[in-house]
Amino acid sequence: MGKIKVENVTKIFGKHINSALKLVEQKKDKTEILRQTGATIGVYDASFTVEEGEIFVIMGLSGSGKSTLVRLLNHLIEPTSGNIYIDGENISKMNKQQLRKIRREKMSMVFQNFGLFPQRTVLANTEYGLEVRGISKEERRLKAEKALDNAGLLPYKDQYPSQLSGGMQQRVGLARALANDPDILLMDEAFSALDPLIRKDMQDELLDLQQRVRKTIIFITHDLNEALRIGDRIALMKDGKIIQIGTGEEILTNPANDYVKTFLEDVDRSKVLTVENAMIRPMSVNVELDGPKVALKRMRDEKVSVLLAVDKKRDYVGYITADDALEASKRGEKNVMNIVRTDMPTVPPDMLIQEVLGIISESPTPVAVVRERKLVGVLIRGVVIQALSSNSEGVQLDEQSIR
Amino acid sequence: MSNLLDSIPRLPVSDATEKMMDLLTDSFSSLFDFVQKGGKSAMEAITEMLIAVPPIIFIIIVAIIAFFATKKKFGLAIFSIVGLLFIYNQGLWEELMNTITLVIFASIIAVVIGVPFGILMSKSMVAEQIIKPILDFMQTMPGFVYLIPAVAFFGIGVVPGVFASVIFALPPTVRFTNLGIRQVPKELVEAADSYGSTGWQKLIKVELPLAKSTIMAGINQTVLLSLSMVVIASMIGAPGLGREVLSALQRAQVGNGFVAGLSLVIFAIIIDRLTQSLNKKKQ
Repeated sequence: MGKIKVENVTKIFGKHINSALKLVEQKKDKTEILRQTGATIGVYDASFTVEEGEIFVIMGLSGSGKSTLVRLLNHLIEPTSGNIYIDGENISKMNKQQLRKIRREKMSMVFQNFGLFPQRTVLANTEYGLEVRGISKEERRLKAEKALDNAGLLPYKDQYPSQLSGGMQQRVGLARALANDPDILLMDEAFSALDPLIRKDMQDELLDLQQRVRKTIIFITHDLNEALRIGDRIALMKDGKIIQIGTGEEILTNPANDYVKTFLEDVDRSKVLTVENAMIRPMSVNVELDGPKVALKRMRDEKVSVLLAVDKKRDYVGYITADDALEASKRGEKNVMNIVRTDMPTVPPDMLIQEVLGIISESPTPVAVVRERKLVGVLIRGVVIQALSSNSEGVQLDEQSIR
Repeated sequence: MSNLLDSIPRLPVSDATEKMMDLLTDSFSSLFDFVQKGGKSAMEAITEMLIAVPPIIFIIIVAIIAFFATKKKFGLAIFSIVGLLFIYNQGLWEELMNTITLVIFASIIAVVIGVPFGILMSKSMVAEQIIKPILDFMQTMPGFVYLIPAVAFFGIGVVPGVFASVIFALPPTVRFTNLGIRQVPKELVEAADSYGSTGWQKLIKVELPLAKSTIMAGINQTVLLSLSMVVIASMIGAPGLGREVLSALQRAQVGNGFVAGLSLVIFAIIIDRLTQSLNKKKQ
């Protein structure tokens, strides 16, 4: 069962809502309905399910209804028809108290222009959600300080929002949302008001955060690169309708219609693809357990000449070559600790392919992909080039053909 | 054509109004009586207390407040000292104290009534549509007209003066409170809602603090309007500087009229700058 389930939700603004709703049932399009009734369609018969712990990106140009859609999820806007379920509970049928409880405990929102209260300090802003829940002063202070500390903002707690830069203000916005410890984060164009470099940092921070806390995140954006970078799945909206839902790769390789195709045309594949998209499963050897003979056997089985070396915790250590393993085996060494080489470049999995091209082309060895010291994959030149080639199979990697 | 118009008998609006006033006066006479007596003794007590303060100490206190309220600038403090000394010198000290009492009472009552109405107006379209024309009516009706029901209800003296001043001075507070709350950025209202605030929490923690400077501007206007009502209220026996102006007018004494008027202006400037600087300080 999904964390959030949206079922045939429609939102109509303006007058003659009922007659407009009938036209929606007849599948008339937005401009047609506007012409006939004067009513504007915000969201048009949207249905989707968001799984627990995923980053679900809703993307579309301005006026596509994405901001309306996210506000329907916490009922800042009431849907005209349809049902929204959070953890199986229909929030469209809730009374005010029940809805407030959901808003206080289950979901927090982050806003495009940060939505920080200017008369409150950073700390008081972070405390806000806890304060309205009626949590005691000491406890909410403790929780808010912890949330600020996690965001590296504790030294600024007594400043006012206007004294901080945009990026820092949005970190406060995020800390305020997290201080509540919600299951669901609603992020409405949360990074759109930031300049590109800061935006990228914030995306990284969000992904790091997601690694640690595993929230269900609904992320609204108009920026395709952002959507592809952080989204586990992406829903594309136009004129209030959801036109396609899928992973970034699915949308890139199989655009549902011409509109999606045009939307995607501007995207430079090398900019969009991250290391994660192009890396392959690493062949590794455990330096604390495996000896040179095991390593040699594995190289023969997998038809490779290099193995990545990890320790018991799968922390990245280095790599060993077939030649070294052969030498060690001849010397009768018990394990491969002594022949580990450490001159292999490492990159994080969320780095853009474009940024690692230089590293890959200069490195004589493959490149290790390491996330927080853990080995997660390996980049091999051939695979990367194939991923970049823009034929439609571009991102469906065929490991066997390269070896 | 003019015959046709003349054939409509004059509508008995003034008669109806009078009947209504009579009805009100009769049915609530004990309430009005109570307000009249209680209000009068409370205000007289305050005035006497103010008069009991030695003028020199009063002046020094005002100057110190002015000094700190204007972020330790000397301008307003010096102006207060010179201006108040001038009023004392002209023998208008007691009248000034009466005026202060009247203005303070009228302003406080206007704010206490006006802010809740402004909030109501900002929260409900229906309330706004009802209250707005009433405010327009209150502001365009000549101030003198309020004296008539005031006398009918409370007789003559300081209480009807306050009553007329409150009606005259109320609209800016209501309007500015409404405006201030409606001007709170939509995103901040959404933020308050999205964290599960109740209506009260949203009002107290977000909307009123953000609307404060606008509301304060309205209160400043209310204070000044109630001050301007002082002269008019003196026509029904409200004591204070206004009475001096009125009696100078009645006896065509240009000099006395000028001095009393100037004293009012001095007081107005001090109180205006003080309320304004309170507003700025908080921002």
